[in-house]
Amino acid sequence: MIEFKNIVKSFDGKTVLHNINGIFEPGRTNLIIGTSGTGKSVLLKCMVGLLLPDEGSVLYNGRDFTRATRNVQREIRRDIGMLFQGAALFDSMTVEQNVMFPLNVLTEMPKDEKLDRVNFVLQRVGLENVNDKMPSEISGGMKKRVGIARAIVNSSKYLYCDEPNSGLDPITAILIDNLIKEITEEYNITTVVVTHDMNSVMEIGDYIIYMYDGRKLWEGSKDEILDTKIPELKKFIYSSKLVQALRDMEEM
Amino acid sequence: MRGIGKYFIFLGNLLIKREPLKTYIKQILDECIKVGIGSLVIVSIVSTFIGAVTCVQTAFNLVSPLIPRYVISLVVRDMTLLELAPTITAIVFAGKVGSNIAGELGTMKITEQVDALEVMGINSVSFLALPKIIACLMMYPLLVILAGFLAIMGGYLAGTLTGVITPEDYIYGIRADFQPFNVLFALIKSVVFAFLVSSISSYKGYNTAGGALEVGQASTSAVTNSCIAILVADYLLAELLL
Repeated sequence: MIEFKNIVKSFDGKTVLHNINGIFEPGRTNLIIGTSGTGKSVLLKCMVGLLLPDEGSVLYNGRDFTRATRNVQREIRRDIGMLFQGAALFDSMTVEQNVMFPLNVLTEMPKDEKLDRVNFVLQRVGLENVNDKMPSEISGGMKKRVGIARAIVNSSKYLYCDEPNSGLDPITAILIDNLIKEITEEYNITTVVVTHDMNSVMEIGDYIIYMYDGRKLWEGSKDEILDTKIPELKKFIYSSKLVQALRDMEEM
Repeated sequence: MRGIGKYFIFLGNLLIKREPLKTYIKQILDECIKVGIGSLVIVSIVSTFIGAVTCVQTAFNLVSPLIPRYVISLVVRDMTLLELAPTITAIVFAGKVGSNIAGELGTMKITEQVDALEVMGINSVSFLALPKIIACLMMYPLLVILAGFLAIMGGYLAGTLTGVITPEDYIYGIRADFQPFNVLFALIKSVVFAFLVSSISSYKGYNTAGGALEVGQASTSAVTNSCIAILVADYLLAELLL
């Protein structure tokens, strides 16, 4: 479980996060949504420790991560996997080396065991016979899958995904969304996805936080979001012509 | 001043909470190949021609018949050891290896590869920069030794083939009034310059923010700052050690 309390973050005197609170439960896909520049990525970076919040704290299973010593943070980080927007695979390594990297650096596992584990997670994300390929030789969707494989190879308890389907075609985007949801449920991981894609929201949004101008404006599930009365959220949801059309069809 | 302060903090982070040394061994060896073998051709060409030019130009300036010809090779030897081999090679090294380090780290930074390391709980500064710095410290003195040898050989070939000096005079001049400390001085300089080039380039690359344009700027800045640092250090070392 990830809990964040009263997160405040400013840059050059401008506050970009105002007292954000929330709890992300394991086994469900938690979404942080909002338009660009509303503080979603800053909140995500505060949660994984890439940014230090000015106030507030992030707790992983009750352990304070934000103000913890470097050693405690390191221990917690070993349970965190993250899929970056551009996958952030290491250019100089093959797919296999990329996925094996956390095992090499963070564990004392024997080489054979590491290879088995790498092959298992690659298979799990639907990739086979790509072990020796370089990141530049595979497609965007495959890179995202490798990114997911790398994030879960160390049996992570927490999975963060930053815009997981940006730059992907609609079919691959749905495949990636479904993969994230399946893995979350299968391994009972606490998954946090930052997105502004309404298709993802309707596909995998078990619990959703809507951010607007650095504030949490709404929280709920995908079943509740379409009934919102908040004008900013309504505008965000129905900016998608597809969702609007579906809504119109439902009303008819 | 702020930049210098950040540079020293960066150097501090290289050693604080780093991964166990065994983690770096493969990386250090890879970097040694990249830095050392990768620079062999350019260092060889530059140093050979610099030795040749020094020999020919020294001969051109020694117009007095009272000055023995072996002085030409003596000048080539001392200029090579004291200045040309460590310093000119360092400028070439900054252009070749420094820009490569800054470009590589800058690209890793803007494509979130550095963030990926941090999320895993790895000290990205030491993980990425330390192997490069150690590799440069190991390989650059070897390149300087090679450059010194090739420069003196270049001088020999240019001098004897053009007839400005006989082979016997050249060999005599190379051995005359030899100061072993000059070799040590060249090696001390090589270690200092290797550290400056690799650490400044790593710092510039690691602190890249933005996109492809900024990566290019970081590479340029790494080379110019390294060259300035080399020349300042060159002067200070000459004042302190000679």
